[in-house]
Amino acid sequence: MTAAAPTKTQYEAIIGLETHCQLSTHTKIFSSSSTEFGATPNTNIDPVCMGLPGVLPVLNQKVLEYAVKTGLALNCQIAPYSKFDRKQYFYPDLPKNYQISQYDLPIATNGYLEIELVDKGGNAVRKRIGITRVHMEEDAGKLVHAGSIGGASRNENRLSGSTYSLVDYNRAGIPLLEIVSEPDIRSAQEAAEYGRELQRILRYLGVSDGNMEEGSLRCDVNISVRPVGQEEFGVKVEIKNMNSFSAIQKAIDYEIERQIEALESGEPIVQETRLWEENTQQTISMRTKEGSSDYRYFPEPDLGPIEVSTAQLETWKAELPELPAAKRHRYEEELGLSADDTRVLTDDRAVAEYFEAAVALGASTKQAANWVMGDITAYLKDRKLNIGEIALTPATLAELLELIEDGTISGKIAKEILPELLADGGSAKELVERKGLTQISDTSALEAIVDETIAAHPKELEEYRNGKTKLQGFFVGQVMKRTNGRADPKLTNQLLGRKLKG
Amino acid sequence: MASIRELHHQLVSKERSAVEITQEVLQRIEALEPKLHSFLCVTAEAALEQARRVDAKIAAGEEIGVLEGIPVGVKDNMCTQGIPTTCASRILENFVPPYNATVVEKLAAAGAVIVGKTNLDEFAMGSSTENSAYQTTVNPWDLTRVSGGSSGGSAAAVAAQECVVALGSDTGGSIRQPAALCGVVGMKPTYGLVSRYGLVAYASSLDQIGPFGRSVEDAAILLETVAGYDPKDATSLKVDIPQYSQTLKPNLRPKGRLRIGVIQETFGQGLEPEVETAVKNAIETLQELGAEIQVVSCPTFRYGLPCYYIIAPSEASANLARYDGVKYGMRVPDAENLVEMYGKTRAAGFGTEVKRRIVIGTYALSAGYYDAYYLKAQKVRTLIKRDFDRAFAQADVLVCPTSPTTAFKVGEKTDDPLSMYLSDLMTIPVNLAGLPALSVPCGFDSQGLPIGMQIIGNVLQESTLFEVAYAYEQSVLWSDRKPSLS
Repeated sequence: MTAAAPTKTQYEAIIGLETHCQLSTHTKIFSSSSTEFGATPNTNIDPVCMGLPGVLPVLNQKVLEYAVKTGLALNCQIAPYSKFDRKQYFYPDLPKNYQISQYDLPIATNGYLEIELVDKGGNAVRKRIGITRVHMEEDAGKLVHAGSIGGASRNENRLSGSTYSLVDYNRAGIPLLEIVSEPDIRSAQEAAEYGRELQRILRYLGVSDGNMEEGSLRCDVNISVRPVGQEEFGVKVEIKNMNSFSAIQKAIDYEIERQIEALESGEPIVQETRLWEENTQQTISMRTKEGSSDYRYFPEPDLGPIEVSTAQLETWKAELPELPAAKRHRYEEELGLSADDTRVLTDDRAVAEYFEAAVALGASTKQAANWVMGDITAYLKDRKLNIGEIALTPATLAELLELIEDGTISGKIAKEILPELLADGGSAKELVERKGLTQISDTSALEAIVDETIAAHPKELEEYRNGKTKLQGFFVGQVMKRTNGRADPKLTNQLLGRKLKG
Repeated sequence: MASIRELHHQLVSKERSAVEITQEVLQRIEALEPKLHSFLCVTAEAALEQARRVDAKIAAGEEIGVLEGIPVGVKDNMCTQGIPTTCASRILENFVPPYNATVVEKLAAAGAVIVGKTNLDEFAMGSSTENSAYQTTVNPWDLTRVSGGSSGGSAAAVAAQECVVALGSDTGGSIRQPAALCGVVGMKPTYGLVSRYGLVAYASSLDQIGPFGRSVEDAAILLETVAGYDPKDATSLKVDIPQYSQTLKPNLRPKGRLRIGVIQETFGQGLEPEVETAVKNAIETLQELGAEIQVVSCPTFRYGLPCYYIIAPSEASANLARYDGVKYGMRVPDAENLVEMYGKTRAAGFGTEVKRRIVIGTYALSAGYYDAYYLKAQKVRTLIKRDFDRAFAQADVLVCPTSPTTAFKVGEKTDDPLSMYLSDLMTIPVNLAGLPALSVPCGFDSQGLPIGMQIIGNVLQESTLFEVAYAYEQSVLWSDRKPSLS
């Protein structure tokens, strides 16, 4: 807002997200074709996903399991009786010209997800975002528009101006979950965090890779603004085409500004779908919604009702891992970690479990957290590895931290040998012994070295004794040099302090 | 042409070879097809090849199955790998499926000789095969009359002995009505008994594949071969299939142990007197055989037809959406854009009746009409089921005429879809309730046209239907009469 009106209206944004998430099953939702990403076009297909005459869908039971687990993780009610419906519309990427989806009886409803933001004071700010529903459906194929004017390099997949279109049905029939949030989100930051939390949950469950770049997680945003205090919602606009959480955040910020400006200048807001354009960093109008489309939903006669038994539900419930929000609560409240550290540690389930394993094996919480978030994470980033791919086991990390704790080695030495442990694994203790890196903490042994060091630097000794006491650091450094860093820093300081004074 | 058992005996005793049997059938097809038009495609070479395989097995002293080497016809809405499957529609004129329907796989596994694909009303929508985009199959008993439909090709082919048995599909009567009109046995099994995988869908919640035979036993043998649970069809039933043909007995169960309910509502307006007389005589015969006869009422029976004409077109409007010129089948060239390609292709590819049902179904499912039409029809469907449940509390099987009339003249009803729809009045409620029913020949009218009696059973009571039909058939021997084919 640039206009500086004397009595400035305060606005609030009302935001809801509709997320499509591809499930990481090996085969498609209703047939046996592979779901592998990036295969040669039209090779992961079969008569069923191609909608050939006479074929019938059969539900992949893994899809139901993943949907129910996601519903449970989102604190939803799981429908004891659910069904599939046909959503009808003609488009070449939809082989049957109807999509098998769920309409009025979705598998899960009425849940919530808790997002956690960290305020300026480092405190965790938690908020529940309602989940309206979760339903299962099949993905469509992919259209590639070719021959558009302007060449293949720029806007290659653009419908306008293209002379023909190709269809790749590899994606047709990949299982999707559609997850719809309540309009509980009030800012771009909250929306992005909602997306991240959802991705985290899906990854914790192992039901989806949640990869936004490859399109396995796609978020559409519904957004309207209204003056603070106003009851009714403003006109809703849908934004699509964001392929990162930061894009979601930027698109929403842009859209809030745009809508407020429109309201301030008295222009109507049109109910429409807008696309986020990454290169221009703005949303552009794609199509206006002429009322609601009539999809002529009706119950899918080829599939029976979905009935999840109580026993089955209990089994799946028992298989759920500790979820990100529960972990955060535990880390902050029971382990006493800061909100920031908690966020970093719990972002990836494997990292969190690695950290927890080290702590369980005796490592101090704070030290384990620091090492996992610091040197180990840096190493992972540098080598583009997952924590599961390093040779350093949580046990060895605990062992290493124990060696620091009991004074066997210094923290500095530990950092020095870490890369070798990360790459090759093995016992930290053995490595320290083999390399002769044990800390010199024997007073008489260290005293001799300290004496030698002082004797070797008479000039510095004189300056020290004339009042330049800062030089103690110099002597510590010299002792470390003579001992290859093995001298116990605390003891070295004690001895030097005494001997330098004479 | 003999029965399956007789042919099997001839094969095993080396009286005749499978090739000889197949050649006889192929010669008959060649001679009769110019008049009958039962087949859309004859697979002579593949048939002879299969017959030779059977002969080789026999020569090697191997045991053969009862259907092995037996010529079978398959309705052209069941997918056959490498063999065109047109559904008698222009839109699938050049469609060659890359896979076999489960029933076709089962026929192949049983060693049956598939001689060709039989004619039907386009996408199985019709009661006379006159809606076929290619040809009308006429009635072997009177070549100026229809064979019935939609499985008219299969019914006529079996009646005219162009094959021994044939598969049809029945959504509202498409097996039983042509069976009645052509004087053969035809059965629609319990919904879910036979896999629909590979049956080109018309109305998914009603479609069911079933057998045609010149005798009850032949039909039973074909059904027990193709029935059974199929993991590829989520609506198929996980039940054991009895060997229906093994338990057939010429006598009914002891006197008074079989209760037959005569559906009162089916003997009324629109029923031809000669049909009524024949069915009533048949009921008397059953009584003489020891059945206890009583009149039962199914008050909602008459709502079957309107209910069907909401549900079936609704499902069809979605099922037929895939024929759009994008992936397979016909595509009208020179469209300016996508919507025009869809429109031109579907306008040229579908016939009038198919378009009519797509329009009705699309309308019935539209926002604002769904509750009034589709939802209400589903409720009526439930009421019809309940009526049947009540009737089966009183009776083991129900009987009524299969069709209110005998075969009508070609062209007689083509301009009046409603009178055509009435042809399925007696059969439709059975599909809506998912029940098994068969049509067995029960006489002829004064013009020599066959009349059929429908016997309806409770869910999975196919054995009872075969029991009753067989006992009846053995006592009357209508099946000894053969069409003159003139």
